[in-house]
Amino acid sequence: MNDMTVPREEREAKLEGMGCKRKRVEDVRFTQGKGNYVDDIKLKDMVFGDFVRSPYPHARVKSIDTSAAEALPGVLAVLTAETLKTVNLAWMPTLAGDVQMVLADGKVLFQNQEVAFVIAEDRYIAADAVDLVEVEYEELPVLVDPFKAMEPDAPVLREDLEGKTEGAHGARKHHNHIFEWTVGDSEATDLAFSKAEVTVKELFSYHRCHPCPLETCACVASMDKIKGELTLWGTFQAPHVVRTVASLLSTIPEHKIRVISPDIGGGFGNKVGVYPGYVCSIVGSIVLGRPVKWVEDRIENLSATAFARDYHMTTELAATAEGKITGLRCHVLADHGGFDACADPSKWPAGFFNIITGSYDIPTAHVAVDGVYTNKAPGGVAYRCSFRVTEAVYAMERAIDVLARKLNMDPAELRLKNFIRPEQFPYPSALGWEYDSGDYETAMRKAMETVDYAGLRAEQAEKRAAFERGETRELMGIGVSFFTEIVGAGPTRNCDILGIGMFDSCEIRIHPTGAAIARMGTISQGQGHQTTYAQILATELGIPADMIDIEEGDTDTAPYGLGTYGSRSTPVAGAATAMAARKIKAKAQMIAAHMLEVHEDDLEWDVDGFRVKGLPEKTASMKEICWAAYNNVPPNMEPGLEAVSYYDPPNMTYPFGAYICVMDIDVDTGAHKVRRFYALDDCGTRINPMIIEGQVHGGLTEGYAIAMGQEIAYDDMGNVTTASLMDFFLPTAVETPFWETDWTVTPSPHHPIGAKGVGESPNVGSVPCFSNAVNDAFAHLGVTHIQMPHDNWRIWRECKRLGLTG
Amino acid sequence: MAKTHVKMTVNGKEIEALVEPRTLLIHFIREELELTGPHIGCETSHCGACTLDIDGKSVKSCTMFAVQANGADIRTIEGMAEADGTLHPLQDAFREMHGLQCGFCTPGMITRAYRLLQENPNPSDEEIRMGISGNLCRCTGYQNIVAAIRLAAERMNGTQNWEAAE
Ligand code: FES
Ligand code: FES
Repeated sequence: MNDMTVPREEREAKLEGMGCKRKRVEDVRFTQGKGNYVDDIKLKDMVFGDFVRSPYPHARVKSIDTSAAEALPGVLAVLTAETLKTVNLAWMPTLAGDVQMVLADGKVLFQNQEVAFVIAEDRYIAADAVDLVEVEYEELPVLVDPFKAMEPDAPVLREDLEGKTEGAHGARKHHNHIFEWTVGDSEATDLAFSKAEVTVKELFSYHRCHPCPLETCACVASMDKIKGELTLWGTFQAPHVVRTVASLLSTIPEHKIRVISPDIGGGFGNKVGVYPGYVCSIVGSIVLGRPVKWVEDRIENLSATAFARDYHMTTELAATAEGKITGLRCHVLADHGGFDACADPSKWPAGFFNIITGSYDIPTAHVAVDGVYTNKAPGGVAYRCSFRVTEAVYAMERAIDVLARKLNMDPAELRLKNFIRPEQFPYPSALGWEYDSGDYETAMRKAMETVDYAGLRAEQAEKRAAFERGETRELMGIGVSFFTEIVGAGPTRNCDILGIGMFDSCEIRIHPTGAAIARMGTISQGQGHQTTYAQILATELGIPADMIDIEEGDTDTAPYGLGTYGSRSTPVAGAATAMAARKIKAKAQMIAAHMLEVHEDDLEWDVDGFRVKGLPEKTASMKEICWAAYNNVPPNMEPGLEAVSYYDPPNMTYPFGAYICVMDIDVDTGAHKVRRFYALDDCGTRINPMIIEGQVHGGLTEGYAIAMGQEIAYDDMGNVTTASLMDFFLPTAVETPFWETDWTVTPSPHHPIGAKGVGESPNVGSVPCFSNAVNDAFAHLGVTHIQMPHDNWRIWRECKRLGLTG
Repeated sequence: MAKTHVKMTVNGKEIEALVEPRTLLIHFIREELELTGPHIGCETSHCGACTLDIDGKSVKSCTMFAVQANGADIRTIEGMAEADGTLHPLQDAFREMHGLQCGFCTPGMITRAYRLLQENPNPSDEEIRMGISGNLCRCTGYQNIVAAIRLAAERMNGTQNWEAAE
């Protein structure tokens, strides 16, 4: 008698493996208020840190007087750059190969820059003390506009780099220049343009925005001086990297540092970087011997950590008169703020921007990116996208619409005409990528059919005519976008962070009763890792997902991994999970053969155990094998059932999708209504359809916010004007459109389970879709491009410019 | 700073404490009472992560002093389940409909939805959207939150269409 006599379907259902809409394990605690986020941590003798920040965007710091603050009862210390210099930490290296001030050293380069760090018994006293620190500034000329950064008489921002003509990524052309990054064949591209029958050129500015997770960044540093051990809890999307950086900076040996990412209240790229708050908390704890907690408030979060985008992309397409694209050229001016703290793999100063040729078979292309310093906050994170992919997709997807307009072709038709065809995969792109798999036309046609694209265009024509006749004050826009993402960074041959290859890991231990624990190098920030990794293991190992615990985020127990961002968890750690499981399965097969007294080649896998080929009643279930692993293994085999995999992906994965948006715009108010939004995503093998759908909803909502109003804006004086939720647009349930989701499945051929990753696709794909819808509404009036964000005021201004409203 | 004596009922329990007049209610709840379910997402009344149910109203507790809650009857997410541990229908429905991801907005969102359903036991989707518009979520795009609240309402009214949970 054994479990494997139960019908196959029943056994499969019991596993809750891949493809199952498994309810999330995490939610049991979250719905009861039992999550454990950083600010929930309360330690004995814990004290609080808070920053004195600069009101000026560019100023010399003449003096800092901390005496009044230090005299306040309850204040324990005030750190300044001078204090940090004693431990060589006034500056820290950035992920992009630059250096960044931890606390203002001689000058400040952006508004709200960290100037001093006050540590006090509670957060109220710390806030009082912040007000008592007196800083004398001398204002300097401010550089806000990146287009003026490289003018000869532009203010010198980075005096520390004076005379340095080489940066981390090659030559610097100007005192405010960071790097120039080029890729592609410029001569061949120039030739394509000179021969082209039709060309278009447009500047697409992708404005500065911010990931703004609901939980801000925070940490608790606790130095045990007797043991010489530092424990650091924090909102870290990459805890292992943080530990390595903390060790390198503090010179505490890496094994004496324990970094823990507990539950994280959303990340979206905000929590990848290393921020002054972490460094100051660590130093504070070392100095005081007490745990130091630091929690950003929302204004600090929006104005000082982790902006995204701020890419100004002059994009050109060359094409034949029939609409076959023959070349692409793009120059990007990248505003990196006061320090280059972009969170990209080390060798990729502009991320994977060279994915810009998108889903199209474009034979030749050239891209140049110039990074410049301005008096704005540092950052440059991948806000729910792979590194600079969303910027690239935006430029391409807007450019192809502009081309369609010039050719007088339908934008969907023009896309269909230029798609990479299924038989061209694996497809080498003109800018150096090898796309793994795709079936673009099927996805595009499915999207067009589902929304009745032809019908929508007919309706639009009618509505325009009605507008002409004065019967309506609304214009209808139809936005189409088709994106190809590049995620799952990445192969260690070309992807690293501070020299550490971007592999990821999984370590599995199976207990005698068949229950298991798997520990991962990634960390969930809401993606549901505890649920989905267990599903992969359930299918691979035939152990019910409910019997498998997933642990992440504690560097003392988890295997080294590069963390969760850039949609890399499924492509990289998901693959590690499958690979580790397969090692276990191979050993299980040997044990099964021993139990059943047959050769292992005589066994075949059947859902949750092995059967002897030709003798299906002779079985060893996984549950039986797990028990045997601890008491009845073949001679010369070690007991136990454990495995670890460090997975170095052979390639990136390339998810794609087709999105269509229908929008009505009131020309008298500039207000819009998204009547319909359809999103088809192809992320390869689908692990948990419920979670995928949730990820898509969330990403679309972020994309909607970015396209339609979310912005980190600065005035001419360098004041950040949108640093609270009063001004920074986060849609509520009322503004958020209803989302229709759909899918096709084109597995990745190089991924062990064929999965590609999905969390970021909807952000990447939807921003151009909304923007295309807005532009499409006005296209018949000769409009080629309206800059984002498309808030009501800006749309209304455009209506006024076009004489549509009084 | 001189402290003030306060007395309130929190999740059915009488509590008394001395607080500084400037202590925000959310800090008092989280740090003194160690009820860390309600969160802080903005401290400016925009996000709703700190929502508590106070005397029959949804209140953003980051914009209220603890002393102002003297005498109040307060319910937090920790008091949403029954004493025997049976979850509130909203707690079940949020999980079933995937109405949460990172979970940071969830305690405030469920607390708000609880009051919404007291005020309007059978809301339309539009009314639900309006009713939770003081609570921001950065992860879910709200659609599944709306579905979860609808499902909970149906169950509480005994009009559930079981297919809805699928
Ligand atoms: S923390 Fe109270 S509303 Fe945001
Ligand atoms: S679930 Fe993350 S903010 Fe709502």
